[in-house]
Amino acid sequence: MSELTIAALRLGLFVLMWIFVFAVAAVLRRDLFGARAQTGRRATRPAKPMPQPSYEAGPIPRPEEIAATPRHLRVVQGSLAGTTVPLSGTPITIGRSHSSTLVLSDDFASGRHARIVPGEGGWWIEDAGSTNGTLVDGERITAPVRLRVGTRITIGHTVMELAP
Amino acid sequence: MSAPAPAAVHYGAPRRVRYRLLELLLILLAVLASVVAYALVGLGAQNEIPANVYQYGGWLLALGLAAHAVVQWRARYADQTLLPIVTLLNGLGLAMIYRIDIAKGRLEDGGGAAGSQLIWMTLGVALAIGVLIALRDHRVLRRYTYTAGLAAFLLLLLPLLPGLGVTINGARIWIRLFGMSFQPAEIAKILLAIFFAGYFVAYRDSIVLAGPKFLGIQWPRLRDLGPIVIAWIASVGILVFQRDLGTSLLIFGLFVAVLYVATAKRTWILLGAVFFTGGALLAAQAFSHVQQRIDGWLHALDPEMYNREIGGSYQLVQGLFGMANGGLIGTGLGRGRPDIVPYSESDFIIASLGEELGLIGLFAILMLYVLLMARGLKTAMLVRDGFGKLFAAGISFTIALQCFIVVGGVTRLIPLTGLTTPFLAAGGSSLVANWIIIGLLLRISDNARRPQEEFHTGVLGTVRQETEEEPSPRRRRREEQAGHTGTGQTPAGEDATVIVQEVPGPEGSDPRERGQA
Repeated sequence: MSELTIAALRLGLFVLMWIFVFAVAAVLRRDLFGARAQTGRRATRPAKPMPQPSYEAGPIPRPEEIAATPRHLRVVQGSLAGTTVPLSGTPITIGRSHSSTLVLSDDFASGRHARIVPGEGGWWIEDAGSTNGTLVDGERITAPVRLRVGTRITIGHTVMELAP
Repeated sequence: MSAPAPAAVHYGAPRRVRYRLLELLLILLAVLASVVAYALVGLGAQNEIPANVYQYGGWLLALGLAAHAVVQWRARYADQTLLPIVTLLNGLGLAMIYRIDIAKGRLEDGGGAAGSQLIWMTLGVALAIGVLIALRDHRVLRRYTYTAGLAAFLLLLLPLLPGLGVTINGARIWIRLFGMSFQPAEIAKILLAIFFAGYFVAYRDSIVLAGPKFLGIQWPRLRDLGPIVIAWIASVGILVFQRDLGTSLLIFGLFVAVLYVATAKRTWILLGAVFFTGGALLAAQAFSHVQQRIDGWLHALDPEMYNREIGGSYQLVQGLFGMANGGLIGTGLGRGRPDIVPYSESDFIIASLGEELGLIGLFAILMLYVLLMARGLKTAMLVRDGFGKLFAAGISFTIALQCFIVVGGVTRLIPLTGLTTPFLAAGGSSLVANWIIIGLLLRISDNARRPQEEFHTGVLGTVRQETEEEPSPRRRRREEQAGHTGTGQTPAGEDATVIVQEVPGPEGSDPRERGQA
């Protein structure tokens, strides 16, 4: 067989080996950073401050247009499934840190992962600069998102929602 | 728990199918690369494609597909990259062993090392499949903690028995049965990983929290650490008597790694390094062959050392020359002279591959090991029970440490010790043991990534109602004696505690607050 064929095969072997390595590395990358890279560069950058969040412990702003008023945050999936946290007008922090309101024992949650705060027209969720992101109804959020009853929030392996 | 089970949305069929489809594609790629390598060996060394390339490729493909099918059947959620990575490593190793067979003319007088390596690989795959079928839940292994420890000792002792053990090159680590030689230490390392994981998961709290504080380090009480220290002294002692420092280093490294993962205290690594250095210096004083290894490492290029008949650095230096000859892109498979190096198909297969595939090929191989290790540790992170975490971390670490010892020895970073390169080197016991490790890792990763509502294995109940992690009354009493007031915190990634605090707690010094996220 000609020398050229052998040279091509040698090159082919290198290409195959490295394609293999990069294919496996892509799996690792997907596991670490989620399904696809964010188009908006960094989803981990802290989101813009919320429009006038009212942090004072007062009554929740009346959400006329929402059918059911959320009164609890309920964990529906994950190691804490079944846990509920009452929504009392103060912000709820979520993360692995022990100072969080809801302490997650999840390797994919950050120390301070997200917070749920009362704001204009109801409750809003905001990512606190987490590594793996916060998903609301399957979409990774980059800015505060308004929550309704039944909106699914996913952090690591934990799924939670607001319940009446 | 009456929570609805919407997990199918997230973990359901499409994702699972993607896992397995990707695994299949990667296995095909691995087999293709292995066959190309095999064909290139024939082309380079004999100027013709080996006549049996189709049988060889077909056999490799059949092994890969059989393993894939069993994973699909029994471990649907298992890690999709483990099988392809080891298939490729095994295939590349086979090609290189075949190449050495050609160079040494072993094919003419029937059966070279490559043929027997393929048989061992078949046995290894069969055993990995056996693990997947027979073992439905890795937590069952925890019941055999002490049995595994005892079995490991007996296995390690076997080569010392007269009549059974054989001494090869000064090391008495082989046994010969029915004309086949076997290294029991390879199987023993898996059993020791079970023993260490099972022991530490039960006693880590008392190791970490009870005991006197001295020199800024929390020392464990002797009775907590007694059995494990005895285990360590015995295994290291046995290996000093058997004169195989590579395996000794491997087992000690496994011990320190599991201890570190269990307690999350870096001081153990420091102590381990001090202990091992001390042990190695003593061994160098006591045993001439250890001293020779160190001399051969430090003064490898001295002519006097190079020409020494016994214990010289000829092998090491020839390996280095070979890799230098290979350069960046290598001489091409079948075009170099890797057979000049003694044991070029087993201990020095990395040097052989470095010569013929060059730095580009060798780095691809090292990357494969890195990825394998990363997936193993990832499995350890994901799995929910403490025993599984320690066990997966332990067995992945053995593979990584073994690579480091071998590649470091061959490239003259550390003194040369006799260990096999996992999956690449010719040698049945090592290959079979490492395939069993892959079977176990597949099983653990399947359990780790399976959605909760499908988790019922019928063996130990579901994970969510994990009861085995409850501290036993005996252990709780010990902790109270030691003045430990249970704050509900458990060290190192334990997930048994659920804390919902209304008021932020004052304590900020949680050992778990190390930056994972």
